[in-house]
Amino acid sequence: MLDLFSQLLTDYTLRTVALGAATLGIVGGGLGSYAVLRGQSLLGDAISHAALPGIALAFLITGSKAPLPLMLGAAATGIVATLFIIGVTNTTRVPYDSALALALSAFFGVGLVLLTYLQQHAGAAQAGLDSFLFGQAAALVEHDVVVMAVLGGIALLALLLFWKEFKLLAFDPDFGRSLGFPIRMLDIVLTTLLVVAIVIGLQTVGVVLMSAVIVAPAAAARQWTDRLSVMVALAATFGALSGVSGAVVSGATANLPTGPTIVLCMGTVVIVSLLLAPNRGLLWRWWRQWRTSRRLRQERVLYDLYTLAAKHGAGDRPHEAATLDAMVSGSTRTAYVLRRLAEQGLVAETSDERWHLTDEGLEEARRLADKRNLAPDATIDDA
Amino acid sequence: MPDADPALTVRDLTVAYNEEPVLWDIDWTVPAGTLTGIVGPNGAGKTTLLQAILGIETPAAGQVRIFGQSYEAARDRVGYVPQRGSVDWDFPTDALDVVLMGLYGRLGWIRRPGAEEKEEAHAALEQVGMADYADRQISQLSGGQQQRVFLARALVQEADLYFMDEPLQGVDATTERALFDLLRTLQQRDCTVVAVHHDLQTVPEYFDRVLLLNVRRIASGPVEEVFTEENLRRTYGGRVGFLRKNESPISDSASAPNRKEESRA
Repeated sequence: MLDLFSQLLTDYTLRTVALGAATLGIVGGGLGSYAVLRGQSLLGDAISHAALPGIALAFLITGSKAPLPLMLGAAATGIVATLFIIGVTNTTRVPYDSALALALSAFFGVGLVLLTYLQQHAGAAQAGLDSFLFGQAAALVEHDVVVMAVLGGIALLALLLFWKEFKLLAFDPDFGRSLGFPIRMLDIVLTTLLVVAIVIGLQTVGVVLMSAVIVAPAAAARQWTDRLSVMVALAATFGALSGVSGAVVSGATANLPTGPTIVLCMGTVVIVSLLLAPNRGLLWRWWRQWRTSRRLRQERVLYDLYTLAAKHGAGDRPHEAATLDAMVSGSTRTAYVLRRLAEQGLVAETSDERWHLTDEGLEEARRLADKRNLAPDATIDDA
Repeated sequence: MPDADPALTVRDLTVAYNEEPVLWDIDWTVPAGTLTGIVGPNGAGKTTLLQAILGIETPAAGQVRIFGQSYEAARDRVGYVPQRGSVDWDFPTDALDVVLMGLYGRLGWIRRPGAEEKEEAHAALEQVGMADYADRQISQLSGGQQQRVFLARALVQEADLYFMDEPLQGVDATTERALFDLLRTLQQRDCTVVAVHHDLQTVPEYFDRVLLLNVRRIASGPVEEVFTEENLRRTYGGRVGFLRKNESPISDSASAPNRKEESRA
């Protein structure tokens, strides 16, 4: 592994691919945070699929596979698809998700038709255009990475510059409008930045998987923090790490494509975050639930002993575990709970396998009854 | 001092969604320094009316004047509390940050809130009894606390005219009382408050004036004059069984002033 990372510094191709992957991860994670928070994850998917006809058209017009014209073409059809979705949603009864699916498949279909046409009619020059489907990171050259970094840098700079305005747009656009901010314009700008984040990653990851770069690091980052700034920074970091890891792992393994490997790395980060993140993580929540129910079971048994003691007017009168089982309907774990309570010195077992409250246990049960507003029918004389 | 101009004048306001008018030809005046409630059934256009006044919705026709000026010119004098349900409370931010948004208009483009602004936001949270929750993630606040945060955000706007969309919705009785006292405090500072309200029982107690709305303006004016059973029936289409606490249904407007004194006592 160490050897692999030392190759990062020496191997030109690997370094170029890793830098490109890191760039698309940082930009995709940062801007993807906003897409995720605004419920636009699928818009990213539609934009990236809709970029395919743009790439083909740009090649048809310019006859070149230079990164900038192809990205411009991709961005152009991506934006047209977005406008189509907004237009259809606003003017017809077609709901937003249907409009998304419609735009995604229609634009992608046109893209495939154009690609097939180019393959049959444009000769050798078009070779490699179809790699935009699933990405071909190995073909990245330094010039590509520079273009990616410059465009991505501008997008991130704009995000930082209008931080407060974009936050307002994402959290409460109506309030923003009442303050006089041109919310629609801000929406257009932020969506355009999202388009930039998508098109710079297409050559590496491909139109089919690109939405994962937008969604996965952001969704993972949301698990770890409740602050927007931390979330954006974390998403960018996750994106960068996954990008570099994906590049290195696929570089070290024969026939392992880079784009899908990057996406797999991001998926791993998401799964780990969903499980392990404090507060929001599943394991954390399960553990908390388990701890709460255990505590409540203990309190219940303690309180039952207290009630029994109150009935008989003496705190230290012993009772069989079976009696306590019967009080908590269906519970058969009373013996286990009693043993745990005994460890805490709250109950004690007599020689004939019966249980009674200790003085501390009585104290604790009184405190609990007080806290939960429970009062047994009779009072107990202190033994 | 209250302005000579009314706080709000609405003329011939019509708003339509997909050919269907949501608000039809509304004429309405709110005198400065009053506490006005807007009541009406679901779909009556209460929220749309506020949004059309605030430039969030574009009206099909009509004119809105705030202290005699256009909304754009008078924007700095207006505060807004949207419906609590209109935002995603799982958004990664804390209470203080939400309150700071009330200052974004004054800050203008690009400038970020600094220490001074944070102090103001803290003071506003203090006013609504939320000083201890400044750092709390907003999803961890109860409904009533979220409502208070929204009110604090409007307070830092230091407006003369406040529009509030159901500011007392979903809060418990104690909080409702506290928030209402806050509205009264605003009124004592010569502010004008216009609030959408859903509880007909408390209208005479909470508000000076009322607008009864159901797409059209059914009636508007001082509560004792227009908050009558007849007007309510016209607003709610006769389906309302309106009973005031401890009292017989409103019979006519003649006994209204007496009743108001009782409820204030």
